[in-house]
Amino acid sequence: MNQIKNFTKGFIKENPVFILLLGLCPTLGVTTSAFNGLGMGLATTFVLVMSNLVVSLVKDFIPDKVRIPSFIVIIASFVTIVELTMQAYTPALFDALGLFIPLIVVNCIVLGRAEAFASKNNVGSSIIDGLGMGLGFAFALTLLGGVREFLGSGAIFGFNLIEGDLMLVFVLAPGAFIALGYLIAIINRFKKA
Amino acid sequence: MEYFVIIIGSIFVSNIVLNQFLGICPFVGVSGKISTSVGMGGAVLFVLTIATMVTWIIQYYVLNPLGLGFMQTIVFILVIASLVQMVEIILKKISPSLFQALGVFLPLITTNCAVLGVAILTIQKDFNLMEGVVYAIANAIGFTLAIVLFAGIREHLDLMEVPKQMRGVPIALVVAGILALAFMGFTGLV
Repeated sequence: MNQIKNFTKGFIKENPVFILLLGLCPTLGVTTSAFNGLGMGLATTFVLVMSNLVVSLVKDFIPDKVRIPSFIVIIASFVTIVELTMQAYTPALFDALGLFIPLIVVNCIVLGRAEAFASKNNVGSSIIDGLGMGLGFAFALTLLGGVREFLGSGAIFGFNLIEGDLMLVFVLAPGAFIALGYLIAIINRFKKA
Repeated sequence: MEYFVIIIGSIFVSNIVLNQFLGICPFVGVSGKISTSVGMGGAVLFVLTIATMVTWIIQYYVLNPLGLGFMQTIVFILVIASLVQMVEIILKKISPSLFQALGVFLPLITTNCAVLGVAILTIQKDFNLMEGVVYAIANAIGFTLAIVLFAGIREHLDLMEVPKQMRGVPIALVVAGILALAFMGFTGLV
């Protein structure tokens, strides 16, 4: 029961984007379409799970003073793995996400979970925490990407639902801020109720 | 002429915050008051310029000759993290009041994607050292401009009657969107 709660908290109750407001840069930057959002979310999930796993394994050997730099090195290693793998196998997605793949390393969610959760808990629950938080992040990005893609071009995941250009601004930079602002407001509305 | 294009391009046309989405965390977090946002802008200017300079030198004189290009992400983040620590120590000595004002956000510059982002972009765009430094300064000015404008709007926003669900971050994001819309007017300037 506890582990299930640990897993599902990332989706709504402690959703990294909508509630904790962490990792806003990639959230706004890559969500021009639902597919890009999903790709970014899954890449971050991989880094989150692996770094949580390693951090919880080595937490007893790392002196307290060099804790944060060590975490950053662990995270950066996995980010490099993701970067090279995506460059080799999904070049189109790699180009679409661009700069934001190396920037996973400075995503507050990853370091935040390593510091707040993985450095205090055992391996099993750290992996579940990473998976839950990562998938919650992916869910938020896919949702925002889907909303922007639909409002901007009338399509979701590349499938055309409505012909012609709609509100092109939602695919451009300003639309990202506005769409996320309203999404958070809607979620606030339901949180209070 | 080339420098001029870099400067105008990075401050207005592809503003680092409003167009490239780098450094959103401090943009939303420390933009409550104009004075703090100016301080944050100054800290970013300082760190960004030094970090870009140091990472450029490391990339071209250490990583490239040794064929360690794939280590870029790891090395850059370590360099930036140690630089921020240094800035923190120096600032604590020189200007305690500014240090107090920036408080928790100075260590957070490490995880400010603007710094790492600009360092990587400088390499990706094949700038030489001088162009890289100009690019970094221009981006930091662009960041400061955006965050100060935003703080100015938010100070007024506090006095407005905003619907309950929109208070705080949601209305701030919508306002940032409108600000980004205004900056789109600069498109095609260079």
